Amino acid sequence: MGISHRISRRKFLGTSAAAATALTFPLPAFAQAAARVVVIGGGFGGASCARALKQIDPKLQVTLVEPNKTFTACPFSNNVIAGLRSIEEQQFGYDKIAAGGVTVVAQAATGVDNAARTVTLADGTSLGYDRLVLSPGVDLRFDVLQGYDEAAAAKMPHAWKAGEQTLLLRKQLEAMDDGGVVVISAPANPFRCPPGPYERACLIAHYLKTKKPRSKLLILDAKDTFSKQRLFQNAWKELYPGMVEWVSLSQGGKVNAVDPATNTLITDFGNHTAKVANVIPPQRAGRIATSAGATDNTGWCAIDPVTFESKSAPNIHVIGDACLAGAMPKSAFSANSQAKVCAAAIATLLSGGTPTAPKLINTCYSLAAPGYGISVAGVYQPKNGVLADVEGAGGVSPADVPREFRAREADYAQSWFATITAEVFG
Amino acid sequence: MKTLSIILGVATIVASNLPVLAASVPPPGAASCSGCHSAGAAASVSRLYGRDAGEIVTAMTGFRDGSVPSTVMARIAKGFTDDELRAIAAWLAAQK
Repeated sequence: MGISHRISRRKFLGTSAAAATALTFPLPAFAQAAARVVVIGGGFGGASCARALKQIDPKLQVTLVEPNKTFTACPFSNNVIAGLRSIEEQQFGYDKIAAGGVTVVAQAATGVDNAARTVTLADGTSLGYDRLVLSPGVDLRFDVLQGYDEAAAAKMPHAWKAGEQTLLLRKQLEAMDDGGVVVISAPANPFRCPPGPYERACLIAHYLKTKKPRSKLLILDAKDTFSKQRLFQNAWKELYPGMVEWVSLSQGGKVNAVDPATNTLITDFGNHTAKVANVIPPQRAGRIATSAGATDNTGWCAIDPVTFESKSAPNIHVIGDACLAGAMPKSAFSANSQAKVCAAAIATLLSGGTPTAPKLINTCYSLAAPGYGISVAGVYQPKNGVLADVEGAGGVSPADVPREFRAREADYAQSWFATITAEVFG
Repeated sequence: MKTLSIILGVATIVASNLPVLAASVPPPGAASCSGCHSAGAAASVSRLYGRDAGEIVTAMTGFRDGSVPSTVMARIAKGFTDDELRAIAAWLAAQK
């Protein structure tokens, strides 16, 4: 298998007549190793891809580079903020992935030299690759909202990477007196988890309604429309009347600056002082993508929609939140779908084949309250160089359905989380 | 290189290898299913690996035309042709 693999990878063609003789020849050293694929980033995209590569072609040398020993998942972390779930239920390790034959390197990748095909690690050592997969997620931009830097995030949490920030926002809500104002600042597109700020508003409102019913929640938005908008707005009216207010871009919702000393958010139209301020800043691809030459002037990574290979850095594939996946939203489900398509494409490329056009699916559930789920789904295929919606498919949950329908979608949401985390980490 | 390739003469091995790889590469759309429909799923969500291909096709065409009620599956099934659904079902049926 090893011989066939390396030969086919090098696109050798020949007859079988001399096969027995061939095996007695010393082979060049470079041909003796199985192909090396390095995956940077151990989230839903990277961990899925590393596993899928090994499943598709067990001979591949797959290395997963991820500095954190424990992964803390973002989906369902809004439940943690609302006190409905423990952070431990969000956490997963890499032992099973390593046991499946993936080499897990618990270090940060600090640089990529694509000419030399090497990744530099934090300890100064390097890893060579034949194909590199980047799944670095997002970096929060601390250079856009005036006053919002990493120090400010310790006072006005973003909670847009799950972990300490999630717990900080939860503690602030718990410490707030009844009657306080909670402000969420939502960024312009594109950003990780498009329905996330609005699900968060729902679940924080659920907490307030239950524990601190005189409180208010204000969403200051840099957009005029958002994911599952009608369903969320209906839920706010139905479940949290008078509690949730959404201020759109055109109504002056765009936050330009913050003052962490006073917990104030500043728009063109005025200042809003919060008891608890959740500032979700603009984002970009994780910085290793820039080191690799895979980001464009938007800060995100343009990719080929068949192989997820970077349009600017050959042999480097980008999946998950960091890539510009056309109509596909930046979600864990998308990252997992993309990871499996990318892994199959890489295995095909390394064996000398030509990947064929894929189809991908996304489904994102949000909870408007415990037992009240809504969803958006889509099916995607390459069209004119990008991943486009398959016409006639996809869309959001219906607006007028009995609560039983919402309960089923809430059940499916829980089931999805259990299933996908089992597939990726279990 | 050509000479070397002829001497190495690995066509038979290549031929025996490629179909294995091809068989494990899922048809368009199939890889996405396991996000919801594999081990760990609630009892209310079907597990699809190893399931009868005909049952999968019947369910998907039913979701697509609305004759089988669903929450999200109709929206997904509408993204696939009959041929695509058959290929996906056959691949899922062959998985363990």
